[in-house]
Amino acid sequence: MATATAPLATQLEELSSDEILRYSRHLILPEVALEGQQRLKASRVLLIGAGGLGSPLALYLTAAGVGTIGLVDFDVVDVTNLQRQIVHGSKDVGRPKLESARDRLKDMNPHVHVEGYETRLTSENALEIIRDYDIVIDGTDNFATRYLTNDACVILGKPNVYGSIYRFEGQSSVFATEDGPCYRCLYPEPPPPGLVPSCAEGGVLGVLPGLVGTIQATEGIKLLLGIGEPLIGRLLLIDALSMQFRTMRLRKNPNCPACGTHEIRELIDYDQFCGIGGDPLQDPHGIPEITPAELAAKQQRRDDFDLIDVREPHEWAIAKIPGARLVPLGTFTESLATFDSARDIVVTCKMGGRSAKAVRQLQAAGFKKVWNLAGGILRWSDDVDPSVPKY
Amino acid sequence: MAVTLFLPTVLAKLADGRAIESTGETVGAVVANVAARYPNLAPRLRDETGQPYPFVTFYLNDEDIRFNGGFEAPVSDGDELTVVPAIAGG
Ligand SMILES: [Zn+2]
Repeated sequence: MATATAPLATQLEELSSDEILRYSRHLILPEVALEGQQRLKASRVLLIGAGGLGSPLALYLTAAGVGTIGLVDFDVVDVTNLQRQIVHGSKDVGRPKLESARDRLKDMNPHVHVEGYETRLTSENALEIIRDYDIVIDGTDNFATRYLTNDACVILGKPNVYGSIYRFEGQSSVFATEDGPCYRCLYPEPPPPGLVPSCAEGGVLGVLPGLVGTIQATEGIKLLLGIGEPLIGRLLLIDALSMQFRTMRLRKNPNCPACGTHEIRELIDYDQFCGIGGDPLQDPHGIPEITPAELAAKQQRRDDFDLIDVREPHEWAIAKIPGARLVPLGTFTESLATFDSARDIVVTCKMGGRSAKAVRQLQAAGFKKVWNLAGGILRWSDDVDPSVPKY
Repeated sequence: MAVTLFLPTVLAKLADGRAIESTGETVGAVVANVAARYPNLAPRLRDETGQPYPFVTFYLNDEDIRFNGGFEAPVSDGDELTVVPAIAGG
């Protein structure tokens, strides 16, 4: 059984009469009972990310009476978070997520101690932060932090309850237990940057992090209590559209540099590992940019140029910059022949990521006069025309 | 061998749907058959040399093909091949 630290029952702190009443539906479950509830109270769980997955995780673990919940997040609540990040409220927009989550959790259960780390998890601080916890729950939103969390958990021997989501699909597993596989056994390397869009670019069904986050919370509590069969050596695939749950077998890779050969003895540079900033072709700073203000001036001067929007038609329907032509990135290669290399070309998307890829494609095809609209349509709305809705 | 390849929704739009019928003697041949029929899907399944990516896991029925010879893994009639690309959203 892959439990974390398991203090002897006699060493566990007693529950107050308030707590006994609050947790009564747990206490009458033979699998939890008084000792299990005391165990939860003595437990320390670290949540990486207080966003979509982190919200249900924090809420349910707090309600369940996990004694100490650590939260790592440096973000600020944005109104577009509220469609799924249910630990935050409308009144919290603009506040640090840590503060907002702490208030909500304290209100939900004053017996729980919430420890905040207002920082990005980095190779410098990860071991120090994770060391003090029994288990880690990975609810982050990027590959670099996922590999970092994995490696730190393997090095420290802390179970890592994994969950990730995209659009209508999710994955969950329990990594880095003593004999079980790790994230690198499942995916030895991340995809190159830009291949897999983020939730901000690709969208996510608001309920999906609720589905996946509550599965992670369930697995976390099972590990802390030492009950049931945790998702060790199994990958749970969740498809909300067909509402199918499938479990695949996950094996420990004997050649895994983290949990197999243990080549990875210390944390590496995960941005570099994930190809962020290393390859000049992938470097968004290496391509010509134009700001929304400069573009507006260009339009006012009636300069001769083409404005190409590489978003999807359903995004185009929400908001567009006047004078733009829609050429979704998926069909961009086929459309190259329709562009005139003699004219200036400005490429835009929602935030500037996909258009940067399109600019690279144009450059590779020999186009010389191409610019990426910095910050995309969101910054256009901020800097030039607030009547263009942000999404 | 007749094998069904299952795609996640995000890739299904690059093909005719989520379940694609294909044939071949090995996983690699089954994937190559699909890749030839759906050129836009092809680069999401394997690299230019026809090799699997480290960030796209293939399950033959419920087993990761990496532990059974990768794209060389033999397939049987009626097998199900499921594509599970890495996702990172949270
Ligand atoms: Zn491993």
